[in-house]
Amino acid sequence: MKRTWYSYPYLVWMVIFIVIPFLLLLFYTFTVNTDKGLMFTLDHIKRLWDPIYLMVLLRSIVLAIICTIICLIIGYPVGLILASREYRSKKVLALLFVIPMWINFLLRTYAWMTLLEKDGLVYTILKFFRVPNPQLLYTDQAVVLGMVYNFLPFMVLPIYSVLTKLDKNIIEAAEDLGANYITILKRVIVPLSLPGVISGITMVFMPAVTTFIISRLLGGGHYILVGNLIEQQFMVVGDWHFGSAISFVLMVVILVSMGIMRKYDNEYEGGAIW
Amino acid sequence: MSEPIIRLVNVSKDYDGTEALKNVNLYIRKNEFLTLLGPSGCGKTTTLRIIAGFEQPDTGEVYFEGKNITNVPPYKRKVNTVFQRYALFPHMNVAENIAFGLKIKKMDKKTIDKKVAEMLELVNLRGFEKRYVDSLSGGQQQRVAIARALVNEPEVLLLDEPLGALDLKLRKGMQIELKKIQKYLGITFVYVTHDQEEALTMSDTIVVMKDGTIQQIGTPEMIYNEPKNAFVADFIGESNIVPGRMIRDKLVYFAGREFQCVDSGFDDNEEVDVVVRPEDIKLVSEDQGMLQGQVESVTFKGVHYEMMVRSAGYEWMIHSTLMEPVGARVGISILPNDIHIMKKVGAK
Repeated sequence: MKRTWYSYPYLVWMVIFIVIPFLLLLFYTFTVNTDKGLMFTLDHIKRLWDPIYLMVLLRSIVLAIICTIICLIIGYPVGLILASREYRSKKVLALLFVIPMWINFLLRTYAWMTLLEKDGLVYTILKFFRVPNPQLLYTDQAVVLGMVYNFLPFMVLPIYSVLTKLDKNIIEAAEDLGANYITILKRVIVPLSLPGVISGITMVFMPAVTTFIISRLLGGGHYILVGNLIEQQFMVVGDWHFGSAISFVLMVVILVSMGIMRKYDNEYEGGAIW
Repeated sequence: MSEPIIRLVNVSKDYDGTEALKNVNLYIRKNEFLTLLGPSGCGKTTTLRIIAGFEQPDTGEVYFEGKNITNVPPYKRKVNTVFQRYALFPHMNVAENIAFGLKIKKMDKKTIDKKVAEMLELVNLRGFEKRYVDSLSGGQQQRVAIARALVNEPEVLLLDEPLGALDLKLRKGMQIELKKIQKYLGITFVYVTHDQEEALTMSDTIVVMKDGTIQQIGTPEMIYNEPKNAFVADFIGESNIVPGRMIRDKLVYFAGREFQCVDSGFDDNEEVDVVVRPEDIKLVSEDQGMLQGQVESVTFKGVHYEMMVRSAGYEWMIHSTLMEPVGARVGISILPNDIHIMKKVGAK
């Protein structure tokens, strides 16, 4: 690869903000401070093999998967509608999905707290319909709701962008060959939009599995996801070694799941065609 | 004369205020090769898309074998389309692309395989079954697109500038092949092109269009030899078009003198367009010419020379196998038979 001078700033940037932090992470993960100085160890990773921690990890992954699935179920039709001929000229609708992203996501999550809290708007409405003692805030559902709300645009946008680039002649060709809309969707549109779906899943799953703000605000102070666990180790306990170890394991989990998905993606398209 | 398979009756179509088609009436006979010919924006593709069902006319009806199909969706019509940019399914291999329509009709696998193999044979792509479409050349992709449409045994095949993206040599080869396929299968082809030579080579009937209206319908010979107006004359082949005036039947005035011609039926002193094909002008010695002029440029075209001769205030394009050098004084001679008189079309 040819590197010219104008790529150096980016290289410096990557070294400072990606490579060095990553090396530090590895360093803290595999070392321990003893009387005899720094020693190599796997103890931090072994410590994670405790049911309490494993449950936290598992719960984070399950919630992230649920959130991703809901985002996909809501997001795909939205992408489809936005990309359809009727709406393509009307950028307003697409804009409506993007505008919330202009507001800090902490604020948006705080807004949900007010809506969901006791005597909040949603609470009052449910009470009005005589739902007995609705507990909304500080539940799994509230956390998933917060994630879906915050991460939905990351699912919609890649799908929308792949669908708008779809050659409309290809859809007409399918129609011409006798396919009705359902068949076209199944045989042509969905398979061709898979790259967008994959990137949407990636962009929702990753922040969902690592979130700690949404779980803190909507799940309550005692609600622990793996993101909260890591944050605690660094900010409260001050055990950088264990904090790094959890981050490392989480990173491996994410990389493995992405790898599996990429492989599935390639198989579906019948080898390295693209 | 056989029964028309498709009939367009008073079809008009408007795109955001611009009229793409104005009151078009057209019938297409069974088993004929009909070409819609015209410059871009003349409405030829819109006409094709209305027959395919991708567009609905604003007014007027489309009949297929006598039945009104104006509002029938494309997937229920017995026509198939070959798209200009092929529009193959990129996530399927060649065989899957061709089998698409058959799978929708829920044919059994054995029949599908047999038909796909037959089609690949027909378009000379045997052995390409498992290839992905991205790995094919433009010409091969076009063959797949043709096979994918033909395998459904449509009554009418619609082709939207199918050879537009191919290079000249390939295009010539495909023209002959397409014509052969059409004869062999005995189905109706409706072909859209802006290439007049392509239209002349392949068609049984040519429909010349301009600005959303039909200018002339006829056989290639009729269109070429008896163009109805100056536009058709100019679009089909190259023409010298000069303004003139009919003095009386079979006598016309243009380029400063009177000429004998064979046309009649115009009013005396009616303003007309006079069309002369470049190959119909004879170059003679200056004193024997009906008009005198000077050669301004010479271009070698292979079979003939193309010479521009300035005479009587006009530039005449002349095709001849004999060359006169630039600057030479020459005479021009035109036979009465080669002078085509046309009614003036609305001044433009």
